[in-house]
Amino acid sequence: MAISEKGPMRDAVLEIGVEELPARFMRQALADARTYITDALASARLEASEVCVYGTPRRIIVLLRQVAPRQNDLVREVRGPAARAAYDSEGRPTRAAMGFARSVGAAVEELVSRPTPQGDYVYATVTEGGRPAGAVLAEVFPQTIAAMSFPKPMRWGSHDFRFARPIRWILALLGAEVIPFDTHAVSSGRATWGHRTLAPGAHEIESAEEYLPRLRELGVMVDPEERAESIRRQAESLTSSIGGQAVIDPELLEEVTFLVEWPRAFVGRFAEDYLKLPEACVITPMKDHQRYFPVRDGRGNLMPVFVGVRNGGDLGIDIVTAGNEKVLAARLADARFFYEEDMKRPLAERVDDLRGVVFQERLGTMYEKAVRVGRLASDLLRGAPEAALVERTALLAKADLVTSVVREFTELQGVMGREYALRQGEDMAVADAIFEHYLPRFAGDILPASLLGAALSIADKIDTLVGYFSIGLVPSGSADPYALRRQAAGAVLVHTEWRFQVGLDSLAARAASLFGKDGAAEDGAPRAQVVQDVLAFVRARLKASLEEAGLRHDIADAVLAAGFGHPACVFERAHAVAQVVDESWFAALATAGSRVRNIAMKAETDAFSPALFQDDAERELFDAAKSMEADVRASIEARMSGFVDRTAYVSALERMSVVCPVIDKYFEKVMVMVDDEAVRNNRLAMLKWVSGVLSMVIDLSTIVFAGG
Amino acid sequence: MLNFQDLILTMERYWAQRDVTIQQPYVVEVGAGTMSPHTFLRVLGPQPWSVAYVQPSRRPADGRYGDNPNRLFQHHQYQVILKPSPDNVQDLYLGSLAAIGIDPAEHDIRFVEDNWEAPTLGAWGTGWEVWLDGMEITQFTYFQQVGGMEVRPVSAEITYGLERIAMYLQHVDNVYDLKWVGDLTYRDVYHQAEYEFSKYAFEVADIGVLRASFENYEREASRCIHQNLVLPAYDYVLKCSHVFNILDARGAFGTAQRAEYMGRVRSLARLVARAWVDRGHEEAADNGDK
Repeated sequence: MAISEKGPMRDAVLEIGVEELPARFMRQALADARTYITDALASARLEASEVCVYGTPRRIIVLLRQVAPRQNDLVREVRGPAARAAYDSEGRPTRAAMGFARSVGAAVEELVSRPTPQGDYVYATVTEGGRPAGAVLAEVFPQTIAAMSFPKPMRWGSHDFRFARPIRWILALLGAEVIPFDTHAVSSGRATWGHRTLAPGAHEIESAEEYLPRLRELGVMVDPEERAESIRRQAESLTSSIGGQAVIDPELLEEVTFLVEWPRAFVGRFAEDYLKLPEACVITPMKDHQRYFPVRDGRGNLMPVFVGVRNGGDLGIDIVTAGNEKVLAARLADARFFYEEDMKRPLAERVDDLRGVVFQERLGTMYEKAVRVGRLASDLLRGAPEAALVERTALLAKADLVTSVVREFTELQGVMGREYALRQGEDMAVADAIFEHYLPRFAGDILPASLLGAALSIADKIDTLVGYFSIGLVPSGSADPYALRRQAAGAVLVHTEWRFQVGLDSLAARAASLFGKDGAAEDGAPRAQVVQDVLAFVRARLKASLEEAGLRHDIADAVLAAGFGHPACVFERAHAVAQVVDESWFAALATAGSRVRNIAMKAETDAFSPALFQDDAERELFDAAKSMEADVRASIEARMSGFVDRTAYVSALERMSVVCPVIDKYFEKVMVMVDDEAVRNNRLAMLKWVSGVLSMVIDLSTIVFAGG
Repeated sequence: MLNFQDLILTMERYWAQRDVTIQQPYVVEVGAGTMSPHTFLRVLGPQPWSVAYVQPSRRPADGRYGDNPNRLFQHHQYQVILKPSPDNVQDLYLGSLAAIGIDPAEHDIRFVEDNWEAPTLGAWGTGWEVWLDGMEITQFTYFQQVGGMEVRPVSAEITYGLERIAMYLQHVDNVYDLKWVGDLTYRDVYHQAEYEFSKYAFEVADIGVLRASFENYEREASRCIHQNLVLPAYDYVLKCSHVFNILDARGAFGTAQRAEYMGRVRSLARLVARAWVDRGHEEAADNGDK
């Protein structure tokens, strides 16, 4: 035991004993507990060498190592009376000074006088002695419990407070002493409850220092990392002995870790015959319903075995294994039944059933959606051979929604569609596109590998966005119940990857025109506004990804202001600007661009005529801008068609900068705001056109220059 | 090895010994023990209430003509309500498993998050499905809201699936092979009924007649509510719900219409719950006067 100046350093432990907590809450709950307790100790000036947080289904544990015996002293200065009131003419303390000293517990000769903006004042230094650790923790521990929040808190018994699940006991110790407090209708003590079957009932713990070893004796592995590691190790050793390898999905491992206090893995078997089913039909019931790990052999083929994890020890493990095998057999029998039913009617025949499936109550059926998606995707594919397949594929892509397997396991949408399409003799390209049109399903997921799949993926997402926006189901703040951000981000990613000629902007407009007669949902918002809102939403996603890619926010804004229908170009333009932003010619270009733009904003018309030019400098700028426009347009188009590499945008900016001296000369020679209205308007309109030409890559006026 | 009858008797005895009132199944068709007024109405309001009963539960869409070893038109739930939920409710539950011969130490019993929700009853709660060696045998719920109202105190609801448990105890893979008592099997008792009710719900039920019945029951339910006859009103809500289930199994609804009918049952259920609670307040006030 370490000894500090003020006494022994002891460990402290808080164990919140609960009925089985939902596994999905646990990570966040433990992280929150750590943050809360760390902050609370800091503000209470109580030191501990380490804060450890553990959790099982039945307990949330905070263990503090080497807690200081007392709070640190708080030393602070207290201001007293003005110096002229505190001392008389001979410098002796007055009654006021003595009263002040007494009130703060200081000796009068310890007072010091110090100048302030209001004149000289006397000050006393006051030391507040720290309270003992036990008294502090008796406040901090119940506050920690009260501060924990959960996604779906509940009430129980006759109480009004809430927690994730009912709290049944609280253990709170500092060294060997109980830290006493009452909260949530429970009094803290030294009792814990052991593992439900390995050490049932209540057990007293002598001291905080003994807590961890004692819990292990009571059949509880408190540390989630240790349980996860144990599950992984057991699964590996059990499967390697039968020539296989358990497939440990991290999310499933996490869940299983928080379903057990003491993991004991076992291997179960199922009839080999089920391996004839599509893999997904075997793996999904195993993982989703039963929380088993599938096993593959050396060649990657699924084996007719699974790894389950029991909460407890070896007793009755054969009964447990047999029971689990029986349950899985029934689930697989169901899956086979569903699959065989599904195979009796090909997808193509099911398309009509989509008329009975609602996409969204106010947006019509899935059939209508599939038709729209097909049309939209064919816009993207204009000229490509895949265009011939796309409308039919769009219908087939949704047809697995009316199969029994997908009704049972919704996460298999697309996966089963591809499977059925292949087994029913559809084209490989069609089958793959059915699967790919849902991609990406989550952050970091794969993207469509075929043009057909990519077009359908974007079309499906844009249709959803435009549809939901048109009936006002728009994400606000952090609330995004229909995962529309993911849809927008997905459309951007796929478009970036596949570089479609048709931009997201025109696609959104087209999508809106496909909804209802007037291009608006029956009772929804008008079309133009919806398209604008959807594009603003897409733009916000793009801006976020540009900033994630490390690009300056002013560069991101400048690039987005010049158009963002083609996200691939957006990224390349942004990188090009980032590359040249510190060059002096670029600064000159930006200055010239801003100058032109500022005056061009006064233009009232777009039309101008070289016939009205009066100065050679006007003609010169017109010619220079015209040839520059042609060159820049050519390099942008060459890039968008993939004929040249991404340096095209740097060259385009460099090409633009050639006009800078011509612009300077123009402003030297030409007075734009002349009295002659026709000449003035002609000049403004031409500058407006020049400004537009200069904005083909970025909006030059929004770049921020250091010192400028 | 417990036969089906002994399984029920053991449950009754176990809960009776723990001061829980043993009640009989409700006689109007219901889809779950929760819908019996012994649960749906009694969990509302402040009065303590502990009850246990078997509830034959009819789910027309689950009928399989007696051909499926696991799915039934009508199955049996053993329903326990403890109001307010006691602190040792999980131990009481585990004790009941031990009483029917399931020793937790030899098995793997797990409480896996599963929050119950019944939109037609305006009800939800938090809790678990309880796994026995990977098989779901019980739904365990702390009611939070019923009939659209927060419930205080909170009741614990324990719903055992008797067929599932019996199949486990008797080591049979087909529900019809269960021993009811002696040589009498589940097949002998229920197979014909399973066939007939499945055939009726899927093929024979007269959609026109049932729609008319739904309307009539609905009207009668509202009439009763307006007369402050809460219990008869609730019976008609249950009848609406059952007729809805048959129509649904018969494929009589499109999506929108299905939602509309569910909405009608839900609003009636809410009215009944509200009326029950309001009357409870009046009675409490009356008693206070005397």
